Amino acid sequence: MIPAAFDYIRAGSADDAFAQLQRLGGDARVLAGGQSLIPAMRFRLARPSVLVDINAIPELRTIRLDDQALALGAIARDSDVERASWITERKWRLLHDVSRVVADPVVRQLGTVVGSLCHNDPSGDWPAAALAARAVIVVRGKAGLRTVPIDQFLVDSFTTSVEEGEMAVAVRFPVPDDRTAGAYQKVERKVGDFATAAAAVQLSLNADGTVREAGIALSAAGPCAVRVAEAEAVLQGQKPTAELIRAAADAASKKSEPQGDLRGNIDYKKNLAGVLVSRGLRQALAHLGVQS
Amino acid sequence: MKVSVKVNGVAHERDVEPRTLLAYFLREHCGLTGTHVGCDTSSCGCCVVVMDGDTAVKSCSMFAAQADGHEITTVEGLAQGGALHPLQQAFWDQHGLQCGYCTPGMLMTSYALLKHKPTPTEAEIREELAGNLCRCTGYNNIVKAVRQAAETLQGSPAQK
Repeated sequence: MIPAAFDYIRAGSADDAFAQLQRLGGDARVLAGGQSLIPAMRFRLARPSVLVDINAIPELRTIRLDDQALALGAIARDSDVERASWITERKWRLLHDVSRVVADPVVRQLGTVVGSLCHNDPSGDWPAAALAARAVIVVRGKAGLRTVPIDQFLVDSFTTSVEEGEMAVAVRFPVPDDRTAGAYQKVERKVGDFATAAAAVQLSLNADGTVREAGIALSAAGPCAVRVAEAEAVLQGQKPTAELIRAAADAASKKSEPQGDLRGNIDYKKNLAGVLVSRGLRQALAHLGVQS
Repeated sequence: MKVSVKVNGVAHERDVEPRTLLAYFLREHCGLTGTHVGCDTSSCGCCVVVMDGDTAVKSCSMFAAQADGHEITTVEGLAQGGALHPLQQAFWDQHGLQCGYCTPGMLMTSYALLKHKPTPTEAEIREELAGNLCRCTGYNNIVKAVRQAAETLQGSPAQK
């Protein structure tokens, strides 16, 4: 299981990496953490003829948190998020939960958040989390930088809106307000396996306890991570009750379009998607001090 | 392409294909066969080595080219002057291995863990080793060994 031969370019700066990608077009792939790409190359599921390695570009590893957004550079590692000082704050609970269950602890040392989004595996963790948190991806193209909302970024299995010669340089998560909490619920057969099912939720409440904004998304529930807008609408403007949570969970089960495999059949996975949304909502509400 | 990696303090410069994985660079080009290859695709943890002193990485899922200019510590770099590293001694004392195949990875993941968290709880040890599979010893003695090593290292700062 040795990858097909390729040419290797170590980019010295973000400008250099972009110039190389522009020059090489569709033949080249960006090598960030490599924790999905390299196994895929070993299985010969991916055969890029050139890899542009961006790991030696410190400016791309930056994590910047200001009033507006948390920006993670293209090679900010999962473990950088896991160990960040702010990650224990309640409003970042969704990212906190995700950063602890991606792959396994050693893979998280190299694996990157932006790389996971660009890989867009149907069972990936970060795409669902990014949907629930309403992230935007910063993409560098011929015309300069543009921001792409996650809903438009995730196109299909292993496909994003990043075009040939372009490069995703960062992901930005809007800073949630103080009445926000989230949760990530994932069932996996063992650590490091692909999710059997997973649900990302994030809830922002108004002062009166009604839901100001709900973000609910599923992984391992179709060709790529999917937002359950129906479940979000059920909660919007309402005080969360057991009945509403059940309705949101039902909407998630309905929305889920999993593939049956060794991890479970379709009925089981559809049911599980609802169960995980329900658990996630209860957990987020518990973080916010609300009984449900 | 030319790749220069400092392995266990010794510089190794080799001419390799870009597709050479770090695990094979270490085993076949540097002759350091202590790093094992199990699943070959980042699931089992046999191939874990430590990069730049404190970062555990799966060397089957990293190209040697990515390690160019970096320092790598393998299991061969643990013992100093013939004396086992406290982690190795602890695996011996606590029967933390039977066949030994997973052991280099277990040791190197634990080594990096103790750099970040010198006094990990049992739960933290189990969590950190979740990406390292053992098919024979069982994990209890491995966890006991890491706890012993943490205590030994705490008691003798010089060995950190």
